[in-house]
Amino acid sequence: MATEPLVVLSNARMHFGSVRALDGVDLSISSGECVGLIGHNGAGKSTAVNLINGGLTATDGDVTYTLPDGSTATGAAAARAAGVRSVFQELSLCPNLTVEENMRVPQRDLTGAGWRKRARVRIAAALDAVFPGHGIDAGAEVGDLSLAERQMVEIAIGFSDGPVPARLVILDEPTSSLDAGIAGQLTDYVRGFCAGGGAVIFISHMLGEVFDVATRIDVLKDGKITDSRAVGDFTQQGLIDAMGHVASEAAKQAADPNRIGDEVLTTDEGLSARRGELVGLSGLAGHGQAAALARFYLARSAGRGQVRNPDVCFVAGDRVRDGVMPLWSILRNVSLTALASMTRFGLVDREAERALGADWKKRMGIRTDDMGNPILSLSGGNQQKALFARALASSADIVVMDDPMRGVDVGTKQDAYAMIRAEAEHGRTFLWYSTETEEVCQCDRVFVFRNGAISAELTGDDINEQNILAASFEMQGQTS
Amino acid sequence: MTIWKAPWFWSWAAGALAFAATLLLTDGRNGGDLLSAALTFASFSAIVGIGQMFVITLGPGNVDLSIPASMTLAGTLSLKFMGGDAALIVPGLMVALGVGFGAGVFNYLLIRLLRIPPIIATLSASFIFQSIAIWSNRGLRIKPPQSLSDFTTGATLGVPNLALVALVLAVIAWVILDRSIFGRWLSAFGQNERAARLSGVPIEGVRALTYIGCATLAGLTGFLLASFSGGAALNMGTEYLLVSIAVVVIGGSSIAGGNSNVPGIWGGALFMFLIVSMLNSYGLGAGVRLIVTGGIIIGIVAAASKKGARA
Amino acid sequence: MNARFRILLPIASLAVLLAATFYMQPRAMSYFGLNLLFNLAVPIALATVAQMMIIMVNDIDLSVGTFVSFVACVTATYLNDAPLIGALILLAAIAGYAAIGALIELRQLPAIVVTLGMSFVWGGLAILILPSPGGTAPTWIRTIMTVKPPLVPMAIVASVLIAVIAHLLIMRTSSGALLRAVGGNARAVARSGWSLVRLKAAAYGLAGVFGAASGICLVGLTTSADANIALRYTLLSIAGVILGGGEFTGGRISPVGAVIGALTLALAGSFLSFMRLSPDWQIGAQGAILILVLSVRLLFARSNRKKGAAQ
Repeated sequence: MATEPLVVLSNARMHFGSVRALDGVDLSISSGECVGLIGHNGAGKSTAVNLINGGLTATDGDVTYTLPDGSTATGAAAARAAGVRSVFQELSLCPNLTVEENMRVPQRDLTGAGWRKRARVRIAAALDAVFPGHGIDAGAEVGDLSLAERQMVEIAIGFSDGPVPARLVILDEPTSSLDAGIAGQLTDYVRGFCAGGGAVIFISHMLGEVFDVATRIDVLKDGKITDSRAVGDFTQQGLIDAMGHVASEAAKQAADPNRIGDEVLTTDEGLSARRGELVGLSGLAGHGQAAALARFYLARSAGRGQVRNPDVCFVAGDRVRDGVMPLWSILRNVSLTALASMTRFGLVDREAERALGADWKKRMGIRTDDMGNPILSLSGGNQQKALFARALASSADIVVMDDPMRGVDVGTKQDAYAMIRAEAEHGRTFLWYSTETEEVCQCDRVFVFRNGAISAELTGDDINEQNILAASFEMQGQTS
Repeated sequence: MTIWKAPWFWSWAAGALAFAATLLLTDGRNGGDLLSAALTFASFSAIVGIGQMFVITLGPGNVDLSIPASMTLAGTLSLKFMGGDAALIVPGLMVALGVGFGAGVFNYLLIRLLRIPPIIATLSASFIFQSIAIWSNRGLRIKPPQSLSDFTTGATLGVPNLALVALVLAVIAWVILDRSIFGRWLSAFGQNERAARLSGVPIEGVRALTYIGCATLAGLTGFLLASFSGGAALNMGTEYLLVSIAVVVIGGSSIAGGNSNVPGIWGGALFMFLIVSMLNSYGLGAGVRLIVTGGIIIGIVAAASKKGARA
Repeated sequence: MNARFRILLPIASLAVLLAATFYMQPRAMSYFGLNLLFNLAVPIALATVAQMMIIMVNDIDLSVGTFVSFVACVTATYLNDAPLIGALILLAAIAGYAAIGALIELRQLPAIVVTLGMSFVWGGLAILILPSPGGTAPTWIRTIMTVKPPLVPMAIVASVLIAVIAHLLIMRTSSGALLRAVGGNARAVARSGWSLVRLKAAAYGLAGVFGAASGICLVGLTTSADANIALRYTLLSIAGVILGGGEFTGGRISPVGAVIGALTLALAGSFLSFMRLSPDWQIGAQGAILILVLSVRLLFARSNRKKGAAQ
């Protein structure tokens, strides 16, 4: 069995503006290896994946592929020629095409007469090999398949025969919608694939699965690989410890017991919050926290009289998708939610609006000389301050925050923490989803989400990184 | 802000240029007549254009394709209702506005209940409106009451009455767009519907009022146009589908939504008329005129996209 | 709804309408009767397939009607008098269509506005070529369109032929699959290294080909042309695609369905005259059928979702 590395990352760095997503990673994957890549939110997993599959070009350092003929090359085309395939977490199938037709998009040699038949043979062979007894018809339209079946198809395409055979397959949370039995089929197949000379990068929040399939586990933390050992040298608890931050936990301020009042909300998922309480939502990104918040906000704000006197307001973290009005001034962005209470005969009281803007510019410390400047002239952190101001300027008592500190500098964060605490003292309730454990640890109560449901509710001294990580990852041993 | 940076500036400049070029040929004679004709005919485009502008402000995919049918239906039914009787002018106007209002409600309900894109909803609705108009019209051409006819073709202090009506509407539209809470919500909706909803904007109410308002303005235009031209004709609305969208684009409103302006609608409407008279007076026919108009529309969106290209 | 299921609704709508027609007027159930019923269906079907190519890549084309009119004018003049020049003009027009597709993708322009602009351009060119109604159809197309095949009338044969060709092209070839993939998940297509600009240009180019065929066939039926001959095709073609089970986004289209949708629209008109209803209602009936089909589809989608949720 050849042991020369299929892909080598040497001192790879990836910077997005001032954010260092990857900060000097050395990683080499040889045939026969299955590397479990483990890390908490924002550790750099997806950036690493995109560097390896050629989707991104490293800011600094090299990504080198070994082609089937033994030569080495760099670049996106080389990644394809080297047989690097990725199965993404967000589905990249075309729902309007059949399973076999979807093969046409990544595989360029499927042309001419009989292309459909060849595609069918390839995908059916891959499906049969990876998921024996799958029951998926290659002629079925992908949109008609269940989520699990789509994920199976996607994985099968990753392993299928093609113009260049698959040599390194990157699986990013491949089992997120598969049940244990089918996930077991996958891990079996991956083991066989690697034994036959292939290589796999396996990313999953199910630690049992990773232990089951990986030959080596690399731990990513803050854009660096901090630990890399053969799988037998780790224990599940040891891995959780390795992922956590060594230095953390600013002294938590003792909560004033009088601050917290009666219950003001409960949801179907089991979220609840009391007046004046800071309630944190945690867990790995994409496990249903944001969806739960959006559902709650939309339901609670739909009733009568909610426009002028809302019960609830929203602070977006994904500023482009959920928050910023890109064509507007800072002032208009700030006043949007509160504006309905500042009208006369339907006309905006512009004097009152200006006063509100000036007030919140001071309170949030928005750095601009004129609130009339476009919102996009602000830095990300200051845009986020404006979104905080938009929500807090309303009369709503419940503030829903969807990971609001994403990409915000430390100074702004400290200002925002102080502001949140002060508002809570005044009786406002905060529902705070954050991908950063440190932030969640500031809360009075924390709900940890896994697979769309609450997996733990922590209070008091139980709120710490250890417990949150433990509840975020599936710990039970995976047998197949 | 310097004036040429205003989004509507170029439509006015182009209109003025076309006006000047026409006068050049006639050595400045008939300038008054040309202006008066331009104001009159631009009024119709301006009123439907204002309605279409509100709809387009809602963002991609929002456009009212039923404007011509609503116009025809309102014009036909209201003239039939009045039957030439001057005493019924005000109720007749109410009929026209009511027809437009009803058409808007119908459009909105299709969008809301069938969850279909506005283009298809207003398209299907337009088929039905058009059919009702054909059925009720039956090829008869009922004349408008004389006094109404006189009003629509007349002028006050040298300004065509129709232009005055359209100007008043434009001022009202400007106040709504730039000064009212509704205008803010509309702009927020068009920039980012999801973010607007998450900021507490009542988006369904905004959408409903916008479509209803647009159809009501179309109804009013149908009433005025039928009165002006001595009776309703079944094809009287046809050209206003393209014109209503064109004046919005030429007027510098963003086709991507969220950013519109009223002065540009007038600029675009005047330009659309003046370019015709300019090309006519230079002996160029309808063909060239259409090609130039199309070229201008495409040129404007292509040029605007460079500025708007972000991320 | 999967592909096989999606085609059922259009077939059912056409069957119901056809059965009702035969019930009202048994004499229609003949060679001559069918020919009369579907006489104008061929150019509509071709225009609908053209529109489908655009909807397939998540755009919409407001210039189909004027493009078909333009082609009709070219066919009745140049293609008849100087076939070589006529053919070159048509080829250039198809290339123009493809270029528009490339431009839209390259600059990320809103298709609805660009095609609106193009509708002015095609309309203008049509008027330049044929300022007043007239021209003569080339004999060969006249012969083809009036040929009387045994057993089944030409309109039916031609419709089947169009459906088969479009189906093979879009649903069976590997390039067709790639084009549909653009509508389904453009990001995934781009990520696999394909050029979206080229693919969009190809889709628009195909639309040009079918639009040109529509104009030529139309002249074969009418024997002469005018610049406004096919203006209604823009709306009819959109309605036909939707009736045929196509969806506005996501690349879910059905060529066979589109042809059936066009036949249904053509039949709706004839049906009313058999019912001794005034032809005034023809357009309205088309709109009503459209709304009806969309409602039925919504019901299907809902019950499907319920089933899916129960699983």
